[in-house]
Formats: sequence, structure tokens, C-alpha cells
Amino acid sequence: MNIVLNGDPKELTAPLTLQELLDQLQIPFGRVACEVNLKIIRRAFYATTLIQEGDVVEIIQAIGGG
Amino acid sequence: MNDTPLIIAGTTYKSRLILGTGKYKTFELMQQALEASDAAMVTVAVRRVDMKDRSSQSFWNYLPKDMPILPNTAGCYTAEDAIRTARLARELLETDLIKVEVIGDPKTLFPDVEGTLQATKILVKEGFTVLPYTSDDPIYAKKLEEAGAATIMPLAAPIGSGQGILNPLPVRFILEQSKVPVIVDAGVGTASDAALAMELGVAGILMNTAVAEAQDPVAMAEAMKWGVMAGRKAFLAGRMAKKFAASASSPMTGQLTPLTK
Repeated sequence: MNIVLNGDPKELTAPLTLQELLDQLQIPFGRVACEVNLKIIRRAFYATTLIQEGDVVEIIQAIGGG
Repeated sequence: MNDTPLIIAGTTYKSRLILGTGKYKTFELMQQALEASDAAMVTVAVRRVDMKDRSSQSFWNYLPKDMPILPNTAGCYTAEDAIRTARLARELLETDLIKVEVIGDPKTLFPDVEGTLQATKILVKEGFTVLPYTSDDPIYAKKLEEAGAATIMPLAAPIGSGQGILNPLPVRFILEQSKVPVIVDAGVGTASDAALAMELGVAGILMNTAVAEAQDPVAMAEAMKWGVMAGRKAFLAGRMAKKFAASASSPMTGQLTPLTK
């Protein structure tokens, strides 16, 4: 299954939830915000949001800036 | 002499200095500078997690715990992108505060005021506390205030240029008409610039590069803290009237008779 993750193509071996994707990427909970197909997914829904073929996933974080 | 604190949308802040977190050589330096500055708030940007380089993920650990975070929409060139970024920032940082930046041109980084106004209108309706980075145009400043902006943040010189306060007159026009705090955002290069801006009567200053790119950012952060405080105090004190010619400070009476040759 192929998705677009932060602008780059990514192949996933099996269908999974957003929470499972974050775990797989070793991203700590609470330090990111996620968007799937331009829709923000609230933290409470990570575990119930299924990532599907062709989904465009954005995972963003805070960094230094003015 | 008593002063009132900086209040934005009903929230009181501990100082009048807002500091950015970009461009520091190390996170340790950034942390020390933030602490030395006694900043009211710190700004942060939101960006994609870099899947190859995770070093930026520790950024979070270096933000002083008691400093409110003001996320920005830096790098956005349309109202649409700024709105999207603001929504993500709210989800990420659990704050309604947003520094709206809609840039119009990469060379000057001047704001696209039309896009800024458009984004402000929509984000205010969505319950955000909007702090827009804008030009020194009093007309757009008024429009932003009418749209519900919590502050007006005119630039004093191009972002990151450190050229100082190039536009005292337009900033004063904005100050005179605004009922919300006016915060100079961008342009400050050193502590005297901060003092000069505060002497105009602005409510606060937002800066980043002047501290981050100083030879000693921690010392400059402290200098900025004092610069802001000195300027504020001088504004409240009220400066003397300027005179064309000298006016002696010592009495003209009781002088010794000049010796004759």
C-alpha cells in the first residue's frame, strides 16, 4: 500500500491506523499534529483513523522560528 | 512610576518582549537566551517532521516551561496556507494564539496585507487570538483591528535585517488610532533600537535575529530586556522638548568675575 508521507512516497506493508504509523515512525505522542487528506486528525482519533491507499499524510512539529 | 503590564486579549504577560526561537547555533544557546531575556512569549514555527533527521525533535525540551508559546504561520504566501498552518498549530500546541504571517515577496519578506486581512478575519471567527504581522500602513492596521486582531504588529524594517526602526512616523500613526496593543515585529538590530521603539509608545517588541545572530546571544538577550524596559520607562517619563540651541544646565548667576588679560 502506498501513501504520501510529508511530501514523499511511502510504502506500507499492511493497512494500519494513524497511531500505528506514528509508533512505527517512533514519533512521541503529543509532540506532533497530523493531517490526513487535508483534514486534521485530533489526538483522540489517532487509534481509530485507518490509513488507506493513496492517503496524503502530514505530520508536523514545532521548530525554531520567529 | 507605575506601569500596567502588557495585556493581549485579556491575558497578562510578564514583560513586553517577545522572542523568536529561530537561527540559534545550538538549542542550549537558545534556551539560555530565552531565560536571560525574561520574554513574555516565545514564537515557534510549524514544519513537517523530518523523517531522516530527528535531531530537531528535541527542540521542545529547550523551551522554558513557563513561557507561553506563540506559533507563527511563517513561510505562508496565501491566506489559505496561513489558515491551514494556524489550525495545525492549534492542534499541535493547544493554544488559540497565532501570529499570522502572509508573506508577499521573498526578497523583502513584506506582508501581503490583503492575504493577512483575509486570514485574520477567518481565524478570528474560528476563535483564534490573532496577532498579525503587517506593514506600517495605518489603513490596513485599522482594517485588521476592525477584523478582530488582538494586536497590530507592524514591521519596523525587513525581517532579519537588523536595520532598526526605519519608520517611526507610520508606527506613531498606527499607535494613535489603535485600541489594541501595537507590537513592533521585525527590524530591531540592537538594544538601542528596542529602546527607541518603546519610546514611541508601542506595547511591546517581537524580535529574533537581533538576539540569535549577536556574537553573544545570551548577553544580547539580556541587553534587549533592559533596552525594552529603559525605552518603556522613558516613554512613560515623557521626554523633554527639543530646543534649537544650547540651554545651560548650570546657573548663570554667582559666577566669578572673569580674569582680564
